[in-house]
Amino acid sequence: MAGKTLIKNIKNVRLHSSTIDNKEMLHFKKFVDQWWDEFGELKPLHAMNKIRLPWIRESLVTCNKMEDPSLPLKGYTILDVGCGGGILSEPLAKVGANVTGLDANVDLINSAKVHANLHKVNVNYVASSVEDHVQDNFEKYDAVIASEVIEHVTNKQEFLKACVQCLKPKGSIFLTTINKTWQANLATISLAENVINAIPKGTHQYEKFATPHELQRILEEYNCRTEVVHGTMYNFLTNTWHWWFNPSITYAMRAVKLDK
Amino acid sequence: MTSLKHICKQAFIKPNNKHFFLKRNIASTTLNENYSNNYDIIIAGGGIVGCSLACTLGKNNKLSNKRILLIESSKNTPFTLPEKYSNRVVSLNPGTKKLLTDIDAWRHIESARFGIVKRLQVTDALSDASICFGEETSSENVSYIIENNLLIYAVKKELERLKNVEVLYEEKIKEYHLPDAAESHVNLHLENGGQYSCDLLIGCDGLNSRVREAMGVQYLNWNYNNVGIVATLKFSEEINNCIAWQRFLPTGPLALLPLTSSMSSLVWATTKEHAQQLLGMSNEQFVDALNEALWKVYQRSNIIDRTLKAFDTLLRASNIPADLHRRYPPKIDSIDGRARFPLGFGHATNYIGKGVALVGDAAHRIHPLAGQGVNLGFGDISCLNKVLSDAIYAGSSLGNVSFLRDYESERQKYNVGMMAVVEGMYRLYRTDFTPIVLLRSLGLQATDVFYPIKKMMVNQASL
Ligand SMILES: Cc1cc2nc3c(=O)[nH]c(=O)nc-3n(C[C@H](O)[C@H](O)[C@H](O)COP(=O)(O)OP(=O)(O)OC[C@H]3O[C@@H](n4cnc5c(N)ncnc54)[C@H](O)[C@@H]3O)c2cc1C
Repeated sequence: MAGKTLIKNIKNVRLHSSTIDNKEMLHFKKFVDQWWDEFGELKPLHAMNKIRLPWIRESLVTCNKMEDPSLPLKGYTILDVGCGGGILSEPLAKVGANVTGLDANVDLINSAKVHANLHKVNVNYVASSVEDHVQDNFEKYDAVIASEVIEHVTNKQEFLKACVQCLKPKGSIFLTTINKTWQANLATISLAENVINAIPKGTHQYEKFATPHELQRILEEYNCRTEVVHGTMYNFLTNTWHWWFNPSITYAMRAVKLDK
Repeated sequence: MTSLKHICKQAFIKPNNKHFFLKRNIASTTLNENYSNNYDIIIAGGGIVGCSLACTLGKNNKLSNKRILLIESSKNTPFTLPEKYSNRVVSLNPGTKKLLTDIDAWRHIESARFGIVKRLQVTDALSDASICFGEETSSENVSYIIENNLLIYAVKKELERLKNVEVLYEEKIKEYHLPDAAESHVNLHLENGGQYSCDLLIGCDGLNSRVREAMGVQYLNWNYNNVGIVATLKFSEEINNCIAWQRFLPTGPLALLPLTSSMSSLVWATTKEHAQQLLGMSNEQFVDALNEALWKVYQRSNIIDRTLKAFDTLLRASNIPADLHRRYPPKIDSIDGRARFPLGFGHATNYIGKGVALVGDAAHRIHPLAGQGVNLGFGDISCLNKVLSDAIYAGSSLGNVSFLRDYESERQKYNVGMMAVVEGMYRLYRTDFTPIVLLRSLGLQATDVFYPIKKMMVNQASL
């Protein structure tokens, strides 16, 4: 039954660009209906909101002339690349941001739309790759976020180039991903996927992980200065994320697009 | 089915091949559409804690666009300050006073009446040992004594001014449906047939909490063989009444809490049999029994007296100043309004679940000997208020467990600590077994002179 559903959905997958891996797409379809279960397979992503959202918010809101204390990101336009079911897009919109959620998977975008609709959250969801999106949205966003996405992207150079092009000068790009180290391999694939089943098998492939230096070098090529690299740490037992001094397993980084 | 199509159309989805993964969400939403009464937060129970929570959340500017509903089964009786003092009072610590000041409720108490405790004197009926906190001449207060009904009135007065908080009186909640993994709403049914839904349900429904029952959490509880007797006491003369007295008798602790220069409130925990006797007495007989309990010199063990004296000399020799001005409790002249209350202990192993949290006596109940019951509830309120602010500020839903978990772990750490201390004290003082009496007396005497330890205990008690 599960196999049948899966095949039915393969037909719906429309690939928009070379940077999205066909195999990756298939994998996500398997747990699309559990996307919004706080305790389900994607619980690490839900839990991550608790550190990534305040981080994004505090980095952007530097002056304290906030009009409405419940909407700190009011007036900011944000592009959430690889938004999936909208786990990060929705809370960003709820604190006032004008969010565009981008995902190449049409089914995910549709489910994200339904969820946002039901919960009366205003997010502009678009089924597209960032390379296509930039054609009509050059230098349009105050911030571009690719959270837990880069580790699924084959051509990182093209991907980041498009992300940066979407960004206004002085805008910030936020990335969270997995480091390319033996520790990360051990923690995220050997342990998390295969031993304790904290995340579904097949979620990650080591070859696609990237070190902070690699990403920093690419960003520099596109005129971005890396401001911070923070280590992050996931505790499987409590399903919580923490900032950690050491970026050797997972990390978050922010870079600013310089004025020409 | 219409609603399914409707929703899907809005989301540009063809219903036939997509609803396999949307079914769960839609099922819970169609349900919600039947509930026209949807709120962000519903508070079940409007006692001291429920009303204060509603007021605190209502005044939190991060929650200003949230709709809050408070449901209370009793009547909203208008309050005018009677001349006679009520026999139900609570002792509020400085932390609780600060919270009440922040929500503007304290000014209504200030313009009415309250007692001030500058010094707390705890004595053991079986030895000379005693411990005191605070000084009569100090500008710092140890705690404040306020009548329950005045406190609720002060909070309600502020509550009425809030536009984002609605209150339903004389409505009893019959049933709660807490959300499962895919749902996001709590649904509740009133006894009159009304139905409501919310993102977050907060149970402030007291010690027999139905919300706690619906959560299915474990509840560790027992009843003491003790009951509490409360009454208002009059002295024969006016005094500088700013000391709260507590005397540990073999049958249980007795406390006098200052109200005015000639009145105090009594909280007397004692055995069921003794309470029966006390309540059957005439007022005059009761006053005699009370004075005896306050003054009676119990038969003491020689060993204890001698050891305590030696210990005292030792402390002095080490240059630690002992409190030489030992005070004695006032003589009681008459009493008014006797009543009894059962006493028990209870603690819920979990305070939260998806879309639900417990606050106040619904989560924990302790022996009144340390006067901490409602203060723990106020501590819960300020913690939950902060956690919900954090959740909103991070764009999270109010019922999100990863934020509510912060409330649970912070409050359990504190509450369990406090409950263990109070329970330990209760057990320690239930005995007249000489070695234990000796140890506790030495402890009491030593703590009394070790300023840093005392300071720490006071800070702990007023958090
Ligand atoms: C003798 C005695 C002395 C005490 N002395 C002190 C003291 O000195 N200092 C101190 O800090 N604490 C003291 N306490 C404890 C203190 O009184 C309690 O901690 C406090 O009153 C608890 O408040 P609450 O709002 O949590 O619960 P409650 O006061 O029990 O309020 C619960 C409310 O929920 C409502 N309710 C319940 N079920 C429903 C339903 N299904 N639908 C609608 N409404 C519902 C009830 O009507 C009630 O109003 C003392 C307690 C006793 C017994």
